[in-house]
Amino acid sequence: MPQVSMTVNGKPASGNVEGRTLLSSFLRDTMGLTGTHVGCDTSQCGACVVHVDGDAVKACTMFALEAEGAEVATIEGQAAPDGTLNAIQAAFQEHHGLQCGFCTPGMVMSAAALLKDNPKPSEAEIRDYLEGNLCRCTGYHNIVKAIMAASGQNVGAIAAE
Amino acid sequence: MYEFEFERPTTLADAIKAMGAEDAQALGGGQTLIPTLKQRLAMPAKLVSLGAIDEIKGVCKADDGALCLGGGTTHAVVTREAAVDYPALAALAGNIGDPAVRNRGTLGGSIANNDPAACYPAAVLGSGATVVTNTREIAADEYFTGMFETALGEGEIITEVRFPVPEKAAYQKFEQPASRFALVGVFVAKYVDGVRVAVTGASEGGVFRWSEAEAALSGDFSAGALDGMAPPAEGMMSDLHGSAAYRAHLVGVMTRRAVVAAG
Ligand SMILES: Cc1cc2nc3c(=O)[nH]c(=O)nc-3n(C[C@H](O)[C@H](O)[C@H](O)COP(=O)(O)OP(=O)(O)OC[C@H]3O[C@@H](n4cnc5c(N)ncnc54)[C@H](O)[C@@H]3O)c2cc1C
Ligand code: FES
Ligand code: FES
Repeated sequence: MPQVSMTVNGKPASGNVEGRTLLSSFLRDTMGLTGTHVGCDTSQCGACVVHVDGDAVKACTMFALEAEGAEVATIEGQAAPDGTLNAIQAAFQEHHGLQCGFCTPGMVMSAAALLKDNPKPSEAEIRDYLEGNLCRCTGYHNIVKAIMAASGQNVGAIAAE
Repeated sequence: MYEFEFERPTTLADAIKAMGAEDAQALGGGQTLIPTLKQRLAMPAKLVSLGAIDEIKGVCKADDGALCLGGGTTHAVVTREAAVDYPALAALAGNIGDPAVRNRGTLGGSIANNDPAACYPAAVLGSGATVVTNTREIAADEYFTGMFETALGEGEIITEVRFPVPEKAAYQKFEQPASRFALVGVFVAKYVDGVRVAVTGASEGGVFRWSEAEAALSGDFSAGALDGMAPPAEGMMSDLHGSAAYRAHLVGVMTRRAVVAAG
């Protein structure tokens, strides 16, 4: 079996994989990082979003061997080593941006990718960016609110839809 | 997914060699192919990833002013790097699927697949672009041969697509919200020598040029020139999202909107 090596959350990670091994399987099964959720497994839902070399991608729709040499970031690397949540995670908690939590790792990783390129997105820009992240619980409203708050914007103005 | 051998060459020459193996298939961004493999609708013996080949990625300008996009260029890169030279093309790329799909999916993969509801085929046909492969150049009018069908031969790799830049252009997509593809999408481009109108999402034969609209717009580039016009419903796709008649009507509407958007 071929070997793959990459950096995951700043640490070297390698393992033997098959050609057909998905990045999501490598992260979950080989690395034990089960925070990357697999919802649809068909690139529709975004629960599996991670960053590869800084870009948000669906880990269920990329082969592990395609990440050879890449810097991969997952939800497990978002909080500080002592467990202190980062600004986006803290805002999700503060504004009830999750209920069952299944979509949340993907939502947080997508939000992080958005804020990297667009530090103060409008409500419409946030909703547009999250087009590929589905949530069955929240109705999205509090997710949008949390991302507004995480980017230091006033959330009072967002109307409930 | 069935098992396959995986190769990730870093040069086009090595990719061509790898594609010579029996039942080898190219892998672009995998946004269409990986779901297909999971459903066991494809069973290549070998997948040749084009993702590490820098020479088929990127956006550049040819001496004749055409915009050249590498076949392995992702939708996200086209959105950023074609914005100045061909804004309508950049906007089309920036509205494909969602951000994570755009970070992986490629131009070459999109037009090799030629999904009847995909956006890029409309831009390629609407711009009269040239599809360049490792063996030849194919004019857009000869390239798209039917739903999920193209002029590509076995093992042929799309290395580049050359887009002549129009005076004005716009793409209007009536989105099918569940799939994020086009229920109907129309690309209109005005060149010195005439107007091209390419329609995706509508026909059972895949992307097509709406020649009546082209003739009307070449004389008078205004939405009014298309008043009351729509292509015949015969041959249009019909499914739970829209009947053939509805799609035909939408083609007229989206073409007028594209003309207005082109300015
Ligand atoms: C959720 C979602 C939403 C989407 N929404 C849209 C949309 O709105 N509009 C739209 O147009 N598309 C949409 N797509 C499709 C997306 O654009 C895909 O990226 C594209 O269709 C395939 O490109 P790829 O690079 O991923 O190709 P792959 O999936 O890797 O390959 C597709 C096919 O092309 C072949 N191939 C790949 N690269 C080459 C090459 N350079 N030369 C020759 N053959 C090649 C492969 O062998 C395969 O047969 C969506 C996809 C998803 C998952
Ligand atoms: S699990 Fe990857 S997109 Fe749904
Ligand atoms: S919180 Fe349950 S799916 Fe989003």
